[in-house]
Amino acid sequence: MCGAIPKYLSLGFILEEGLTMAEFWDILVSIKGASERAGIHIVTGDTKVVERGKGDKIFINTSGIGELHPQADISIKNVKAGDKVIVSGHIATHGMAIMSVREGLEFETTLESDTAPLNHTILALLDEFGHDIHLLRDPTRGGVATVLNEIARDRNVGVTRVGIDLKQAAIPVLDEVAGACELLGLDPLYVANEGVFLAIVATEVADAFLEKLRTLDYGHSAAIIGEVVAEHPGQVVLTSRIGGRRVVNMLVGEQLPRIC
Amino acid sequence: MKHLTEYRDPELVEQYIQELHKTATRPWTIMEVCGGQTHGLVKNGILNLLPDLVTMVHGPGCPVCVTPVNLIDKAVYLAEEKGVILCSFGDMIRVPGSTKSLLDAKAGGADVRILYSPLEAVRLARENPDREVVFFAVGFETTAPANALSVVQAQKLGLKNYSILASHVLVPPAMEAVIQDDDTHIQGFLAAGHVCAIMGIAEYGPLVERYKMPMVVTGFEPVDLLQGILMVVRQLERGEYKLENQYARVVRPEGNPEARRIIEQVFEVVDREWRGIGNIPGSGWAVRSELANFDADRKFSVSVTKVPNAPIASRVWC
Repeated sequence: MCGAIPKYLSLGFILEEGLTMAEFWDILVSIKGASERAGIHIVTGDTKVVERGKGDKIFINTSGIGELHPQADISIKNVKAGDKVIVSGHIATHGMAIMSVREGLEFETTLESDTAPLNHTILALLDEFGHDIHLLRDPTRGGVATVLNEIARDRNVGVTRVGIDLKQAAIPVLDEVAGACELLGLDPLYVANEGVFLAIVATEVADAFLEKLRTLDYGHSAAIIGEVVAEHPGQVVLTSRIGGRRVVNMLVGEQLPRIC
Repeated sequence: MKHLTEYRDPELVEQYIQELHKTATRPWTIMEVCGGQTHGLVKNGILNLLPDLVTMVHGPGCPVCVTPVNLIDKAVYLAEEKGVILCSFGDMIRVPGSTKSLLDAKAGGADVRILYSPLEAVRLARENPDREVVFFAVGFETTAPANALSVVQAQKLGLKNYSILASHVLVPPAMEAVIQDDDTHIQGFLAAGHVCAIMGIAEYGPLVERYKMPMVVTGFEPVDLLQGILMVVRQLERGEYKLENQYARVVRPEGNPEARRIIEQVFEVVDREWRGIGNIPGSGWAVRSELANFDADRKFSVSVTKVPNAPIASRVWC
């Protein structure tokens, strides 16, 4: 999410003795398909086998290199008041899909993870909007709320501290995901995403950016969900659906279901 | 989606806010009793929509935050020293005991599991016959039926390796303790909707009469909360005090008789220490003595150094 075009990937395996070849083969086929869809070459790698009981079936490690997009200037230093916050799709789907297959939680509907290669989509946006894309982030662990807090609280040299205003009504969440979150007492803003990115873009191009993103793969449900502001620096503030305002804090540890 | 949107309708909310602004002519202080209501007020940003004249006080403390330090120490001890599978609701595991929380114990290698239902813990006990499984049974009256049911079910299945560490707290005695406190400024209550869904509303009438204080059994969605607050403010403005039920779509006057029967079968009323508050007579439930085999406290005769119950007013843990 730094404006690079991914090209080559390394692929390392640690396999626990006892993993069946059939399972390993399934994983390999899946990796092959994903790398082909993303247009990335797997160029190097290694495989180690450890004794039974010394590994959790399989560990996979990857690392990639690519080249910088010539028009890209992705840096938190470019974020300024007035910029728009755009999310590329429905949030919280991945985390709830994982949750739904965890021990003891069964839902009537099946949630599919949103895992997706975003590189082609982002490349197309960089081609068209270049420098006007100020920041790109993937809201994985900790969700949208955590990433936006990291941006608002960044204290690195050269970064102007900003606040972020969010509009709850604008944030896309699938009905079944919202329902599952309600049931389990979780806030979708903190639930992990995979095939979703956040973009902070110059206000002048925000509408065009959104329009373009909605025509691209994995961007059909994109939405402008908020704005960078000069007020309340260091804080993310959400305007709720009913018009109330509250501070959206950083997640401490993992999000835990509540009984009280 | 039905019930996810209709009680969050922005127009309806706006009407209630306006009505509240019109109705309140003097300063009023109201306590919402349930942490779920506090959560609803904060999550939806309702507090800053209320008239300045209406102050909400959050209390008397949710069951997670008022669980005594010693009991958390016992849970940590069972998980670390006795090698049990210690199961808990999620928000309990972050609350610190005298030296550490269950989350710390888990990080240190203890087998601590977060579950949504105590019946899951019974399943774990069946699947792990050579391990002891303990469920940390905290909560108000709301979680008690499921916790009690887990004991009933374990008994039916003849399980010898399942027990609960019970720390149930009861709402009405705590409300009374708050009212009797010399420093209290509370003039009316939102009673906890889900507690009343189990227990009914009969316990609150005598409190209303004795202390001449309005109480409204209230739900958790924005429209519920605002309607409940409006009902209390209307009573206060008119100088009335009565028990009303805003949450009638869920709360029946008699509560849930089947749930109460199971609670009675497993628990008996005891004095209970509340973290940050102190001992409140008759404010808790413990496992009945005839079911001692399912009571982790008796079964493992845990003794931990009793530490003073330091107030935790500076921090909410749940």
